[in-house]
Amino acid sequence: MSEQQYKNWRLELDQEHILWLYFDKAGESVNSFSRDVLEELNSIVDDLAKREDIVGVILRSGKEKGFIAGADIKQLSSFTEVDDAVAFIRYGQKLFDKLENLPMPTVALIEGFCMGGGFEIALACTYRVAEDNDGTRLALPEVKLGIHPGWGGTVRLPKLIGAPMAMDLILSGRSVSARAAKKMGFVDAAVPKRHAVKAAREFIIKRPPVHRATALQSFTNSFLGRPFIAKMIRKQLARKANKKHYPGPYAVVENWLRHGVNNHDEAMITEANSIGELLLSGTPKNLIRVYNLSEDMKTLAKGCDFKPKRVHVIGAGVMGGDIAAWCALRGMIVTLEDREAKFIAPAIKRAHKLYKKKLRSKLKITPVMDRLIPDVSGAGAKTADVIIEAIYENLEAKQELFKRLEKEAKPDAILATNTSSIPLDEINTAMSNPGRLVGIHFFNPVAMMPLVEVVKGKKSSDETVKKALSFVVEIARQPIEVNSSPGFLVNRVLMPYMMEAMTLLEEGVPASVVDKVATNFGMPMGPVELADTVGLDICLSVAKNLSEHFGGTIPERLTKMVEAGNLGRKSGKGFYYYKNGKTVKNKAGSLPIDKKDVEQRLVGRMLNEAVACYREGVIDDLNLLDGGMIFGTGFAPFTGGPINYARDKGINNITDNLIKLQQKYGERFAPDAGWEKID
Amino acid sequence: MQYKTKNNDVYIVDGSRSSFLKAKGKPGAFAASDLAVYTGRELLKRQPFGADAIGEVVTGCAMASPDEANIGRLVSLRLGCGDSTPGWTVHRNCASGMQALDSAAKDVALGRHDLVLAGGMDAMSRSPLLFNDKMVNWLAGWYGAKSFLAKLKMASKFKVSYLAPVIALLRGLTDPVCGLNMGQTAENIAHQFNITRAEMDAYAVESHKRLANAFEKGYMGEVEPLYDTKGNVFATDTGLRADSSTEKLARLRPIFDRKFGSVTAGNSSQVTDGAALLILASADAVKKYNLPVLGRIVDTNWAGCSPAFMGLGPVYAATPLLRRNQLSLNDIDYWETNEAFAAQVLGCLKAWESDDFCQKELGLDKAFGTIDHAKLNVDGGAIAIGHPIGASGARIVLHLCHVLKRNKAKYGVANICIGGGQGGAMLIENVDSVEEVQS
Repeated sequence: MSEQQYKNWRLELDQEHILWLYFDKAGESVNSFSRDVLEELNSIVDDLAKREDIVGVILRSGKEKGFIAGADIKQLSSFTEVDDAVAFIRYGQKLFDKLENLPMPTVALIEGFCMGGGFEIALACTYRVAEDNDGTRLALPEVKLGIHPGWGGTVRLPKLIGAPMAMDLILSGRSVSARAAKKMGFVDAAVPKRHAVKAAREFIIKRPPVHRATALQSFTNSFLGRPFIAKMIRKQLARKANKKHYPGPYAVVENWLRHGVNNHDEAMITEANSIGELLLSGTPKNLIRVYNLSEDMKTLAKGCDFKPKRVHVIGAGVMGGDIAAWCALRGMIVTLEDREAKFIAPAIKRAHKLYKKKLRSKLKITPVMDRLIPDVSGAGAKTADVIIEAIYENLEAKQELFKRLEKEAKPDAILATNTSSIPLDEINTAMSNPGRLVGIHFFNPVAMMPLVEVVKGKKSSDETVKKALSFVVEIARQPIEVNSSPGFLVNRVLMPYMMEAMTLLEEGVPASVVDKVATNFGMPMGPVELADTVGLDICLSVAKNLSEHFGGTIPERLTKMVEAGNLGRKSGKGFYYYKNGKTVKNKAGSLPIDKKDVEQRLVGRMLNEAVACYREGVIDDLNLLDGGMIFGTGFAPFTGGPINYARDKGINNITDNLIKLQQKYGERFAPDAGWEKID
Repeated sequence: MQYKTKNNDVYIVDGSRSSFLKAKGKPGAFAASDLAVYTGRELLKRQPFGADAIGEVVTGCAMASPDEANIGRLVSLRLGCGDSTPGWTVHRNCASGMQALDSAAKDVALGRHDLVLAGGMDAMSRSPLLFNDKMVNWLAGWYGAKSFLAKLKMASKFKVSYLAPVIALLRGLTDPVCGLNMGQTAENIAHQFNITRAEMDAYAVESHKRLANAFEKGYMGEVEPLYDTKGNVFATDTGLRADSSTEKLARLRPIFDRKFGSVTAGNSSQVTDGAALLILASADAVKKYNLPVLGRIVDTNWAGCSPAFMGLGPVYAATPLLRRNQLSLNDIDYWETNEAFAAQVLGCLKAWESDDFCQKELGLDKAFGTIDHAKLNVDGGAIAIGHPIGASGARIVLHLCHVLKRNKAKYGVANICIGGGQGGAMLIENVDSVEEVQS
């Protein structure tokens, strides 16, 4: 018989009377759940409940890539009333319940990513079969958006595999492979592609017993087990996320503690109400905004068909070496040039360490190591699509180098500098075609820092900039486009914040207090510890460079510490002591100033500088400014970035505050003229 | 493919070798395929064509590890030549690298491929320890024992002596027909031609001095550094002893015939890890990519001889090669003879100087002639450099090309002795471009 037609779903009945239910969302390359998708599925499931001609249902993606990416984020973030949000969630929950209660067995055949709502619909199926390959990743990543799973994930998963493993997945949002999922028990079979269809069929036909939690796992969900487990989890959570900033994971634990998993309906309603409230609170809105920003950043290079394959990096120091290692990891063939082999060797060692951590198996590490090619002769420059200079900061040396590269490079290759302090328009004076030079500015450590500033000199051609953006996306980093101005965006904004921290130290505020205030605000690391980690010598040179251009004073203590060889973490002593790589912090004493002032001074200077960058045209897009600050400095993500934060607080309130600080602490707090351009 | 030859000329357009790393009694940092890949990627990165332009990869390897079955294909894939580029492996003991070049050259000459990556490698330090037969039999019984009682019975039969390993390297260097190890075949040659210990040691010292000088003068441009994962870089051959002297070598004891022998570790080639790869090209490929020409492979000859005198193989191989090309010893400007043993190289020279040997063994009327040591292994040889048996045959051909270029000479011969009683010899002509040969 022919099946009814749907926009987003395709139904095919095979000869064995198995109904193949293909999810193929109209007009999209990736499947996600939106209202119309759910409504169609609802009528399909209602219909299936009445059918007696089918022996089972296999849910499968009709897309080339992935199973289901989750709920449609745009729709999720569009609610303005809690009741509407809850109603939408409940609609999905009831639908999944109906699916779960179908009279015939159901199999979710998971090929590729299976996220959030996709994961939850799979949990509502009788069996789950996952294709065992690198592309298959299963996760409930909702906490990363400040919410939590809402379509039964927080109820069905602990029930299926016990609370400890389930909570780990839900609260971390981390993804696991098909094989790991099988081991944990929420996937019934992890099989290679060649067996995926066969396996799914077999579950329908043979109907083996469904997976159940072990007695011990079930105990963790029991009335007796829950309080004990919850206490442990809360303790772990407190170490990772501030409840004030990230309420999502805490809500999961409380809901579960209250209802467990066996009183299904009640637990589901609680889940729906909890997520409905969360959705309308500030954090998820901002985090969803951050997620959208990161997606937007990936599209900056849209329309550019530049597909780089070979990268040549010159300078195998910490930055150059790590950039090369990262590019090789992301599939590029990389040649790494330095004057002598001995300068390249440490970079190869670091690269191997990174690959061991990221890839683990020799089978995966070998091809990446093979792609990272030491190149004393510099031969790679001739065939590279992207050439990145990361030598020492010296104008003449860079000019000489680019003169050479301009002659050697392929005509369509881009020439990039990773300089953080030398203006592009000074380097490119030595070039016959200055339009080819662009800045591609990475942050240290390269493998950890997602942001890359694509720096545009006055003469950089649009094509070159576009290609650079495209390259950055290709190696899975977040690009922002900035104009060549000292410090670009990230260092420029960070520096006043760090200098203010040092001024606070000079005023007698203990380092641990300064850092604590910053981390309470939501920064990933306090400014003092950050300075120690980056290296005080590097901070000093950046500060000197920036103060030459923008004025400002360099704290005397910093200069003295560098002179004394106390360079921070790397020398074992900076503002803190370091023992075996660990920070030794002194207990905080009394505070000479109001704690609230500490936060306002630190944050105020950052905000003010960010606005100055916008006014000067370092960056033209306020959204990307926020994105750059979050991905480049770790600026509290739940605030949605500095500009979003200022808008939330009210621009006038922020400037008023700055004026107060100006009167109390000096001219450096005078509100930037750029605030007037922001509303 | 038709076997009617197109008679294409075969050009060597580029080549590189890894630094050679002396084995230190434990597995070295690099597997054989690592050595070849790290050498090959250096070579490929400077070519105007991509790795996928390579038509096939042919490598010689005598001691590939269990993980490296058909190592030629493995190297081809790891170098990014692509799924569609075939790769294969040849094994002719110490001449495996030269055999790879010959095989590759034939494919170019036949018109099967325009660009072939060929050479050889071995990680001799990683040569395995094997279980002996008794242990293997015991293990078979152990795995076959199903019940606890049967297992117990097998356990009681175990003897500690079963654990004595078979050292694959030593077996590999022992002739399975005449039962002599390679060093003993060199002792045979020393005996036949009255070569003294002092002569051998003096020859060995000269090998080290020449290599040291060559590195100093920058003559070893084909040597590429190896980088391990611990931050070390090996830029030169680690077996080189620039301070070697006859006094020092005289102190070493014979290691093969311990009591009365004269072949020592000092006047033998070293057990070494290394790789050497060359790119062979047809005239079409040279023109298409505008490649520089390093040399032309004119001809190759293989010969057999008594396994007990395998070190004389180069003589048996090179004599017909020269005669076939109407060349005398004097027409050859430079020689690269692999130094398996000082005794064996000196034996080759003496064999050609001997009327008796040349008449009986080579069918000549009289002695073939004398090779001036100044024309032989001018930048040292395997005694100083090391002898990764799969790589050496390719290494000497590559270096010969550079020596000919440097000295603006015309003809050179690379020859090598082969365990089992064979010899290989390759005639190289120094040409700069395709046109020059054709006109």
